[in-house]
Amino acid sequence: MSTASVPRISLLGSTALLFEAPGELDLAPQQRIWSLALQASEWPEIHEAVPGMNNLMLTFIQPPRDLDGLCERLLQAWDTCRPLPLEGRIVELPVVYGGEFGPHMQDVVAHTGLDIETIANLHCEPLYPVYALGSHPGYCYLGGMDARLATPRRQVPVLSVGAGSVSIGGVQTGVSASAGPSGWNTIGRTEMTFFDPTQNPPAMLRPGDMLRLRIERIIR
Amino acid sequence: MIEVLSTTALATVQDFGRFGSLGYGVGTSGAMDHLALALGNLMLGNPEGAAAIEIPMFTFEVRFVQDCAFAVSGAACDASLDGQPLPPYWVAQAREGQVLSLGYPTSGSRAYLCLAGGVDVPSVLGSRSTQLRGEFGGLHGRALQQGDRIAALRPGVSKLPSDFGVVSPSHALPLLCDGVPAMRVLPAAEYDCFLDESRAAFWAGEWKITTQSNRYGYRLEGAPILPKAPMEIRSHGIVPGVIQVPHGGQPIIQMRDAQPSGGYPKFGTVIEADLWRLGQAPIGSKVRFVECSYAEAVAALEDNQRYLVQVRRLVDLHRLASH
Repeated sequence: MSTASVPRISLLGSTALLFEAPGELDLAPQQRIWSLALQASEWPEIHEAVPGMNNLMLTFIQPPRDLDGLCERLLQAWDTCRPLPLEGRIVELPVVYGGEFGPHMQDVVAHTGLDIETIANLHCEPLYPVYALGSHPGYCYLGGMDARLATPRRQVPVLSVGAGSVSIGGVQTGVSASAGPSGWNTIGRTEMTFFDPTQNPPAMLRPGDMLRLRIERIIR
Repeated sequence: MIEVLSTTALATVQDFGRFGSLGYGVGTSGAMDHLALALGNLMLGNPEGAAAIEIPMFTFEVRFVQDCAFAVSGAACDASLDGQPLPPYWVAQAREGQVLSLGYPTSGSRAYLCLAGGVDVPSVLGSRSTQLRGEFGGLHGRALQQGDRIAALRPGVSKLPSDFGVVSPSHALPLLCDGVPAMRVLPAAEYDCFLDESRAAFWAGEWKITTQSNRYGYRLEGAPILPKAPMEIRSHGIVPGVIQVPHGGQPIIQMRDAQPSGGYPKFGTVIEADLWRLGQAPIGSKVRFVECSYAEAVAALEDNQRYLVQVRRLVDLHRLASH
């Protein structure tokens, strides 16, 4: 699990494996994940090396015969890999917190015991590094949220939240790039184009870029 | 070229899927039943993964705007060309003006309309599959609508044989558990974190596919699967087939339009080789799950491949016989 002391490898069927780094969610292990992804993406049996939040999914071109050998190689590479300190650009986003744009703000208030003002202020405080892309086209997982804001994912995922939804899932936060289902708690809304399939690369942000959130308005 | 006559929703253009863009947050999409897509294409002499139209709602009707060979695979859906019935898994030659109708399925839930050469839509990020959430790929990044015209890459009167069929995957590769359609599942990272009785109940029970099931995921209904302790895990890559268990305890199986990442605890993964079975399981029907090992998951993929090789041989024989 997330706070294990050694890395953990598990299978996603015969399609992929998942490598999970030990320790608390942090930027230093994420920089090693970026480094590990770069190495593993060169391996012949690997189709894609996809960083997550202090973890890495490797999809297979063909399910490897020698799975144990691959796992051993992965653990060795983790032990020896150096952090890859990606540093990208800084993007500022204005956020409207609460009201109709933050349908789950009350759940975060109830869970954290903080008021809306404090939640918005704490949420805007950090300069958020993009740890990884995932979920849907252009979506960025952000690291470094204030732990006081941590709120569990929802009991049942919501069938749709709007594009630009700013939300909290556990200790993680992020901004929806398009409308769609989500299990996170939506607390606000911003506007930005995160993805354009005609561009190369199609995603506007990449791991190592940073997001600065700014309070545009708080709806109490 | 065909023209969509029906108003039935949710038909999309799909191939095997979009690979190589997971790192941009782009899931694979692709046919819910890879075998049906491959078979329809094989009968037409297309590459196995050529794009076709996936049809989940019936009735569905198209008119051929020009001559074109086609195949209907997947669900057995009372296909007829100008009223002339066509058996399931069948390839035929359509003439300009003819109307193909697909009725309500008697078995399975998704039909594939394959056209000679494959459906001609632009390839975006390496695939013609429709990315519904991203609104790209397929035909204008959306489901087909009445009046849409879709071109084939090899229209006209086919030089290849038509009017023959092949044996369906559900006949060639049956898998039942106590008479109920079954899928094999490989346990995933959090499997051991669920209560012993919940794990036992998962394997022993029948699971209903609820109405909240679609190309993104199948929400199942059965005895809740409960964890030993609450889990809040970090977001990570996932693949179609992953069985997530939200805190409410009712599992969700990720399907082809699934997000490429998620963070709900993972009970297991329906193996890639069996995902087509789920793609053909109708809403409201019940399914069972059978535990399997990695070696068995790999062997099952090989079984599927062997079956496709047999069909390819049969198609080649038809071709030899017609010369």
